[in-house]
This record gives sequence, structure tokens and C-alpha cells, in this order.
Amino acid sequence: MRDLLSINDLSKDDALEILDTAVQLAALSDSSNRKFPTLRGRTVVNLFFEDSTRTRISFEAAAKRLSADVINFSAKGSSVSKGESLKDTALTLQAMGADAVIIRHGASGAPAQLARKRWIDGAVINAGDGTHEHPTQALLDAFTIRRHLMQDKGDLAGLKIAIVGDVLHSRVARSNVLLLQKLGAKVFLVAPPTLLPVGVEHWGAQINFSIDEVISECDAVMMLRVQKERMEDLFFPSEREYARNFGLNAARIAAMKGSAIVMHPGPMNRGLEITAEGADSKKSVIVEQVANGVSVRMAVLYLLIGGATSRDLTAQIGEH
Amino acid sequence: MSVVLNAAEIARALRRIAHEILEKNHGSSEVILLGIPTRGVVIAERLAQEILEIEKAEVALGTLDITMFRDDLRMRAPRPLTPTQLPKSGIDAKHVVLVDDVFFSGRTVRAALDALNELGRPKTVQLAVLIDRGHRELPIRADFVGKNIPTAKAESVKVNLVEIDEVDEVKIEGRSM
Amino acid sequence: MNSWLIRNARDLQGKNIELMISNGKVVDKADFVQPYSELDAQGLTVMPGFVDLHTHLREPGREDAETVLTASQAAVAGGYTALSAMPNTLPVADTAGVVEQVYRLGQSHGICDVFPIGAVTVGQSGEQLAELVAMNQSEARVRIFSDDGHCVADPLVMRRALEYVKLFDGVIAQHAQDPRLTENAQMNEGEVSARLGLKGWPAVAEEAIIARDILLAEHVDSRLHICHLTTAGGVELVRQAKLRGVKVTAEVTPHHLLLTDELAATYDATYKVNPPLRTESDVQALRRGLADGTIDIVATDHAPHPQEAKDCEWNAAAFGMIGLETAFSICYLSMVKSGLMSVAELSLRMSSTPAKLARYSDHGELAVGRSANIVLVDLDKSWKVNAETLKSKSKNTPYNGMELPAVVEKTFHNGVLVYDRMNQGQEGV
Repeated sequence: MRDLLSINDLSKDDALEILDTAVQLAALSDSSNRKFPTLRGRTVVNLFFEDSTRTRISFEAAAKRLSADVINFSAKGSSVSKGESLKDTALTLQAMGADAVIIRHGASGAPAQLARKRWIDGAVINAGDGTHEHPTQALLDAFTIRRHLMQDKGDLAGLKIAIVGDVLHSRVARSNVLLLQKLGAKVFLVAPPTLLPVGVEHWGAQINFSIDEVISECDAVMMLRVQKERMEDLFFPSEREYARNFGLNAARIAAMKGSAIVMHPGPMNRGLEITAEGADSKKSVIVEQVANGVSVRMAVLYLLIGGATSRDLTAQIGEH
Repeated sequence: MSVVLNAAEIARALRRIAHEILEKNHGSSEVILLGIPTRGVVIAERLAQEILEIEKAEVALGTLDITMFRDDLRMRAPRPLTPTQLPKSGIDAKHVVLVDDVFFSGRTVRAALDALNELGRPKTVQLAVLIDRGHRELPIRADFVGKNIPTAKAESVKVNLVEIDEVDEVKIEGRSM
Repeated sequence: MNSWLIRNARDLQGKNIELMISNGKVVDKADFVQPYSELDAQGLTVMPGFVDLHTHLREPGREDAETVLTASQAAVAGGYTALSAMPNTLPVADTAGVVEQVYRLGQSHGICDVFPIGAVTVGQSGEQLAELVAMNQSEARVRIFSDDGHCVADPLVMRRALEYVKLFDGVIAQHAQDPRLTENAQMNEGEVSARLGLKGWPAVAEEAIIARDILLAEHVDSRLHICHLTTAGGVELVRQAKLRGVKVTAEVTPHHLLLTDELAATYDATYKVNPPLRTESDVQALRRGLADGTIDIVATDHAPHPQEAKDCEWNAAAFGMIGLETAFSICYLSMVKSGLMSVAELSLRMSSTPAKLARYSDHGELAVGRSANIVLVDLDKSWKVNAETLKSKSKNTPYNGMELPAVVEKTFHNGVLVYDRMNQGQEGV
């Protein structure tokens, strides 16, 4: 594995290796709060063309725990906003010698372009691209589900997981559908028809227009953020109507299985896709998702650039 | 390929090491055996069993994964991590005995010392190995040695243990006869 | 002016023929002027030069991407002897002045004919009709009008335009794309767009406009031409309209006859094009439509862009691909090699039908007394596309590195050898 651009890049075994590694790293992090020297001398660049404080901080914490040097490159106030192209930005990072570039971009496919055109030698990690994918979020979600429902072991076979909300615009949903199904879970997509992409029937998930039809049989319910601007684009008539039909409220929490968990990738719109009772209920693992994010991202960084990388091999060849 | 230690010899060596550990640390109460994966863990378990038989008391046992602390990470593909499991009491102010199968360059032990440093502050750190094959690259020595086996650098020493390899024996591979 | 004697060529029926060219025309012995150059065309098939009704030459305004000169050079390297310059230049070709400028540029280079297409509306903004009669009466004699790149979306504007061009036997070439249904759209809407997270461009956005315009053309009894048809549904709409006797014609691009939306999975913006690449079943429907005549002609929609407009995020990249130099090979591959039509039928779709449709009287026919606009093709050879050696100033071809059948060997424009693959150059005038 050279890059992490899409969950499609991972075999089931690859995904399980990341989760298993994250389990060990989480245990180590629990028993000591200090750093590991593993990535000492490695440079990790956070290349964020889109604001996302929580994802950036999570990757930064992961990289620093592993002793990597972290450079934060934010589009705000940088030359990107002055019209510098993705290519030129990449070439600049290449000149700095980045071992890994963690990229968040508003355009679907931007990480894939960085990797495929090989403007940089370093590993490319997709930290969310447009409405395409957000693979590390799916990995941390799978980690959280496995921790709560499978004792940190094996795959997710037999579990039923609902993903509820704006599937159309959600990179979290795309990555999760791919990963959770790869790990053997049954996935329900619950959304108004306007917020499901044309072609969603090819995803292998079961489509439902009613959250109440599926909520009682699910082991995990993942709520997606719904942006209020979607209303203006005619995806739903009003916030009230959306919340009534697709929001997670106390009554729906009560209908869930005793062991089932409530998830949300954040940031939440309390009162829209989730009520305060939903967000703060005992079933909610939303805060824990954040902590697990660091372990999972440490695992991804370790597996991508902890061992010999193509850059190392190039350097070795160069020496001879 | 030649067998340099058979099952009975391995058992005798471990029993002796168990005695030496008890002697040096005045019993087992403050001792923690930390096995270094993979075969160090099995040897630590066997030493704990020996100590139980000798002392009629359980010795604290754990495992220490040193992968994240290795200095040769960049020379090969990333290795899978294994669990680090410490006794609940922790390692502070204890006599920690690191246990490994083959003692060679000393780099594994160095990584283990770094890993320990992240986990607490033992009173002493000691080293028990089944085989010392020489060729140290760092100023590190073992406290307890099952058998010293002089080797050529190109040779490799293979420790087989029943729990993993279905047989107890130590072999040298790549030796020209 | 030179005379040529072309011997041993095969015509479209496979017969061995001898062609004499003098004073820019195909002549018989009586009019053949000495001295002459002789060309042994053993193994080559001769046909009338291709006629493109949909070319973006970028001049004036975007000479960094293409010029009338480089597009003309690319054209004859692809066997084309006539181009039709789409009006989305800077400034827009919406006045007699601009269309005359483009026309004169083409004539002055003398490599091939460049016939300007006029904008339907001022600035292609879709609101106010441009001075269509003035453009028609200019030296450029514009007969085809299009807001290509934009759809004439307002039904009233479209109706008026269709009616107005009857004044001079003109035709409106519609870029069928409902703007609301394609806001910020990036690629064909379907399984692939859902997977890639790229905003979908539904087939219905194209078909709804085609259906509406067919009804409008029928109502006002005027000529409508549908640019770059891409969907199976669109083919069916045109087929039904033709059965009813509506004066509708349609074109398809070579790339829509071969490529599908799966190619977007690489996020390589070379494959970003307007209208978008569709599905395999659309490709098959387009091929059948072209074969049975529902689709009248092939048009390249040659759309050059500088590298930086493609070497960027998919969303930010420009729409379009170049196609003049590969058009015949791609059509030969998808239509003739696949057994759907003969070379003679392909020649009709690429030369005589577009010439008739656009009233380009000097093109599309190989006969004594007609202008010698001729291409010689080796149908048995193949070639490997190398973007760097293409004549077009831009390199945004989706076929780079591909091995393609059928090689354009020589092109004559008005009796002048303007392209000779062996000499890699133009004789010029």
C-alpha cells in the first residue's frame, strides 16, 4: 500500500491490518502518553484546501505521537487562494521532501490526481475530497463499531448499520458503505430520495426512505451532517420536515436495541439531524470517535511510511 | 544445518536461568518477566512456570512489543504490531527481566530499553536470553544466558519452540560443514 | 497552379481510378494542364476531404490554445478540407466583423476552408438575437448559427431564432443542455458519478432540450441541427422526429462513439468533455444511429485547451478534447472495423452529408468539374497517437499512446497538396 485514496484501495485484510494496528496503538497510548520514535525524521504535510479543524488536528496529533515533523499547509492565506494550482503546490511540497501528504480538498479526486500524476513521491492520504471519500473517517468508524460490538476482533459480519441523511453529498457515507460492507456488515442507507445519488442502487446497500423501518434492528446508527444550505437547493422543504422524518430523537433512541450505538462524524447540527437527547444519550459514542480517530490515523501513518517507502528505495538506489 | 541444543538441553538451560533470576533478585516478588515477541514471550512463560515450581509463587509476566522503537524500520516493509501487556501494578520500581530467544547485535534490546522508558521507571532492567551468538553492535550484555554459541555472521540461529514450531530445538543454518 | 495525376488509387467502391487535377479542380483529359506532378497512390483509398461542422479554433482570444493556422494544419493532417468555426471566441463571433475576420484568416492561410458559425444570441448570453442576416450577408456567408458551449435555453428565443433563419435558408445548431439540470455538473449522472462523487449530468438534461426543440422546429417548420448527440434517448427522439418529417439533423462526435464515463474514474480531466462521456449502451445506440442515418454526420467538437486547463482538479478543469487528427481513425475503428458500416457510408457521414447540410458547395464530392478537395487514406496501416507530435497547438487528446487503424496519407485542398504524411509538411500556396 503506497497511498490511501479510497477504501477501494484496501483489501479486507488491509483494512483489518489497519484496525488491528490501531488497537495496539490505542493500548499503547492508554498506557503512556509519550511519543513513539517511529516516524522520527519523517515529514508529514497537512495540506488542507478546506477548513476542517478536527480532521487536521487529529492527523497532526497522530503524526506527532509518532515523532514525525508536521507541516501545516492551509489554503487560507497561502498562495493557493491566489490561484496557485494544485500541481504547483504539490511540486513545492515535493521540493520540501514530504514523506506523506495528507490532503483535504473540496474537489472530488484531487488526492487521486496528486498520487496518479506523481507530482510528489510521498504517500498521499485522502483526508476528505469533495463529495467522494473520507477513508480514515470510515476506518475510525469501523474501529469504533468493532470496539463496541466485536471486542476489537475480526470483521463486522452479522452487524446491521444504518447511515442516515445526506448520502448524496457525503464523502463519509461513500467510504463507510465501501468499508462496512467489505468487513461483512449489512448497510442501510436512509435518506429522502433527493439526497441519494442516482446510481446508488449499485452500492450494494439497502435503501430505505424511513428511519423508523430499520432503527430497531440496527446495531449502529450513523447520522450524517445535513447542511442547511441544501434546503435552498430544493433537497428538502424545511428543516422541520427533515428533522421530523430523518432526525434522531428520543423516541427513535428508545426504539434502538439495548446494545446499539449512535455515531456522528461531526460537526453536528443539533436540532436538525440529531436532537440533544440523541447526541448526549448513553448510546452516543460520538466523543469516543474523536479519540479513536487519532489511533486509526497513527495506524495508517505507521503502515504507509513507518517501514521502507518508495522514497527510501529511490534514495538507496541513488546512493549506488 | 546442525542442531546445537535439543529439547532436554533447552529445558535445563531455562531451569538454570530461573534459578539465577531468583538468586539475583532475592526471590520473585519484585520481578517482572517481559517477553519480547515472538519467541521471547514463550520463553518468558516457561521461565514463569519454572519459577512457580521452584518458589510456589506466581511471578509477574508481560509482553513488550518493540516494533515502534526499532532503528531498522525503514529497511523493510512495516511489521505488524503485537500487544504490549504489562502487569496491572506497572513496572515502576520493579526488577524487569527482558526475555528474548537469540541475543545478536543488541539492537532489539536497545529498542526494548527505549520502549520501557516510555512505560515507566523500573528499579533495574536485566536481560535473559536463551542463546547468545555474539556479534554485538552496541555496548549491551546479557545477565542470564542459556548457551553461548559462537557463530559466523552469515549464519543464522533458529530457535524452535513447541508452542509455535511443534518442536524444541536450536539450529544453526547456513553453516558450511 | 500545379496539376496532379494520381494513379492507382482505389475509390470507395474499391475500383482502381486515375484522378487528374488542374486549376484546383478535378478534371478530365480535355482540361488537364501540363506540366503535372505524378502521384502513385498504390494501396491508398481516395475520397472527398472531410468536412467538420463543429470546430473550436480559439482565435480570436485564446491563441495560446489554438489558432486558425494550427487548427487548419491539424485539420488537413486529419483529412479535413473544411472546418466550421464555433463562435465561442473572445470576442464572440456574433457580428459580421468577427465572422469575416475568422473567414479571412482561414483564406489567407489557404490550408483548408474555415467557415465561421455565427452566434445565435448576442454574446451567447441566450437573451437577444444576434444580427443573423448581417452575418449571412457578410463575406463569410454564415448559414449555421449556434451558441455552442451554451444552450439556447429560453424557448421563446429558440423559437424566434428558428423562425428567423428561414429568411436565408439557415439552420440553428443547438447545444442541448438544460442549464438548471446541469448546474456545476461534471460528468454523466449514473453509477460512476455516484461512486466518484462528481456532480451528475443527467441524460434527461440533453434529451429534454432536444425534445422541446424538435417540437419547436416542427411547429415553425424550420431547420434544426442537434450538436453532439450523446444519449440513446436523444437518438430515439431524433429518429421519431425524422419519421414525422421534421427537418432535424444530428451529429455525433468520434469520442462519443468510443469512450465511456468509466474513464472518469482516473479523475484525469482529459476525459472531461461537454457533453459528457456516457455509458456503453449510449455508445452502442449512437453507433446504431449513425449507421442507420438517424445521426446524419460526424463532427469533431475539436476543443483545444492549454495544459494548465487540464492539469488540475476535475471540477476546475476545462471541458473538451481535441479530435481533428484522430477523427477518421476513431470512426473507422468504431463504425467500420465493428462491421456497422462501409467506408463509403462513413465517407458520406464525414464529408458529403455535412457539406450538403452546410451548403459548402466546394466540398463533399469527388467528381470531374468539382473542387479538388481530396483525402488519400491507407486503411490497412495503423498509427500510434503521440500527443506531442500532433499539429494542434493543444495536446488534450484522450487517445495518447493508442494504436489506431487507418492513416491519413495525403490531403489536397483546392488541388494543392496541403498535407503529406511522408513529408510531414504543407506545401501551402
